[in-house]
Amino acid sequence: MTDATAQLTTADGKPLKAALAASLARSRRRAFLLVAPLFLFVLITFVVPIGQMLMQSVYNDTFSTAAPALGKWFDEHPPGSEIDESAYAALASDLKLMKEQKTSGSAGTRINYDISGSRSMFTGTARKADKFEPPYKEAILSVEKKWDNPNIWRAMRSASSPLTIDFYLAALDMTRDDAGNIVSVPEGQAVYKMLFGRTMMLSLAITVICMFVAFPIAHLLATLPLAKSNLLMILVLLPFWTSLLVRTTSWMVLLQSQGVLNDLLVWLGIIGDDGRIQMMYNRTGTLVAMTHILLPFMVLPLYSVMRTIPPAYVRAARSLGANSFVAFYRVYLPQTLPGIGAGALLVFILAVGYYITPALVGGADGQLISNLIAFHMQKSLNWSLAAALAALLLAGILALYWLYDRIVGIDNMKLG
Amino acid sequence: MALPAYASPLERIWHYTYLTLCVLIFLFLIAPILIVIPLSFNAEPYFTFTEKMLTFDPEGYSLRWYDSLLTFGMLNPEAPRDGAWWLDFWQNAQWMQVTKHSIIIGFFSTLVATVLGTLAALGLSRPEMPFRRAVMAVLISPMIVPIIITATGLFFFYSKTGLANSYPGIILAHATLGIPFVIITVTATLVGFDSSLSRAAASLGANPRTTFFKVVMPLILPGVISGALFAFVTSFDEVVVVLFVADHSQQTIPRQMWNGIREQISPAILAVATILVIISIALLTTVELLRRRSERLRGVSPR
Repeated sequence: MTDATAQLTTADGKPLKAALAASLARSRRRAFLLVAPLFLFVLITFVVPIGQMLMQSVYNDTFSTAAPALGKWFDEHPPGSEIDESAYAALASDLKLMKEQKTSGSAGTRINYDISGSRSMFTGTARKADKFEPPYKEAILSVEKKWDNPNIWRAMRSASSPLTIDFYLAALDMTRDDAGNIVSVPEGQAVYKMLFGRTMMLSLAITVICMFVAFPIAHLLATLPLAKSNLLMILVLLPFWTSLLVRTTSWMVLLQSQGVLNDLLVWLGIIGDDGRIQMMYNRTGTLVAMTHILLPFMVLPLYSVMRTIPPAYVRAARSLGANSFVAFYRVYLPQTLPGIGAGALLVFILAVGYYITPALVGGADGQLISNLIAFHMQKSLNWSLAAALAALLLAGILALYWLYDRIVGIDNMKLG
Repeated sequence: MALPAYASPLERIWHYTYLTLCVLIFLFLIAPILIVIPLSFNAEPYFTFTEKMLTFDPEGYSLRWYDSLLTFGMLNPEAPRDGAWWLDFWQNAQWMQVTKHSIIIGFFSTLVATVLGTLAALGLSRPEMPFRRAVMAVLISPMIVPIIITATGLFFFYSKTGLANSYPGIILAHATLGIPFVIITVTATLVGFDSSLSRAAASLGANPRTTFFKVVMPLILPGVISGALFAFVTSFDEVVVVLFVADHSQQTIPRQMWNGIREQISPAILAVATILVIISIALLTTVELLRRRSERLRGVSPR
């Protein structure tokens, strides 16, 4: 019998408290070591690349490394100073350097992002850069008159520092005016805000449609006896397991103007042979195909919540005098809200970033913001703008993801 | 879900409307996937049922699109189909090449994702894991972050590290994309895991490794295999990363399909789609059987 006031010890004489703490620390370390390899792996193959992309959106040194003399001139002369002979001398020396190092194309492309048509000015003038003699201003202007355009100089000034927020401005449909102030671009040229808006609207529409379509079948699956519902569940899970491209291809086959659905409508006499409906390569195509693809993500969380709702509650409501609508609306529906929330958030998050399906069935007006990022990565090669757009999209997604974690909890995510 | 005897006529009507609605929704889910199967046997290069197909005239059906899958890209497709023809097929046919690439990439990325993911899931499901929630959020994020952003990031990263246009690059990327699925399925299996079993093993003298391989592993194996299948399917179906960081020598099946759909869609694509649908049916069946086995093993009665 130990004295109650004496310290409790383990068999080998250590204080019990310290032994417990050591053992807890050991098991904590063990758990951490199990996770560490994967955490490192994801850090290197996922977090670092995305960080690098974010870097690319604010850091672009193609012009500043190609034109060091101009960079120096801009440092010495504040914005608004006169573009004098010394500036043209710096330009001439940089153009010579560009010719030597063959960087006139990439430097010109960087300025071209701001002022279209300026790439050829760089390549064209740099080709003749060896022959320039003082006074440089006249020599350069005799080759290409457009060099006295103040906008070019303004664009070169902003590009001469590698750190810039210009790409974010461009991604938000803003630009700098002649005095360097931030203004919105003219109506006709604003594309990105419209695309962000369209992405939101389409994703919202898809989420709402999924909600209404998933609810009845999730309810049916949850109320049927398990043997039957497991069988029907296969109909939900099969699309989930089928390749995305296969599902998109199927919708292309169905929705084509010479496709199955139009043929069926013609055969039923609903539309004439010449009145075939254009259901693909527009917003309808994106909407229908994406609803189909994302539907399982709505059904599964709804189903797992509905399974846990005891049927006795609705029966009790009925026996207390509620009619079937009131019993559903006041008793059943509120209990399914966690499932609706989880499914809707997941579907919305996945829909906002969708790329493949809109690219294949979307046509021109069914494109989402992801498609524009791909366009800038592969076609226009304005990588920094692509990175800025991606960063904006990522910020939105991460906010939603955080919300999802707070409301639903990532541990509760289920896959069939 | 039977209708009670006291249901009013209005409730009866609503009940049958509801059932019809459900049937229509199930049809919406499943019909687009099944419709490609008969259409892939079309004798004509159309994407709809011809009159001959509808009247079940054998002439309306053919295997020509499957044949074109075999011969596409071969040096000498017209030769008699002997050993040399099949060798030519094995070495040169385009779809054979992309299948090989897909399987190599899928196998290795699944291996990486499953081994690392299972270990991490074991750690994550211990209550004493520090920063559990935050770590989990990071590990699941590859599933949430839009694939185009991941691909863009990898493009910049790989072009600087020299991993672009190489197998290791794509395998690492696909492993990252598969990891969330492994973690989710394995932690779900571990939820019902009775940790007194491993304590019992330890008290009977088993060292941690024996405990893991003899006691823990057999119990969580169904979850691990489902996770691995998910990871494999993710890699097998992934096209955007391949579009961004791979070149001609690492083209995969979905990449080739992407080409086929964008350039000139022919029913040959439907033949590929049919094969893929059959594969996914097989995979789904496997996963479903594994899930039931896992529930039986853990003594969890079906919900």
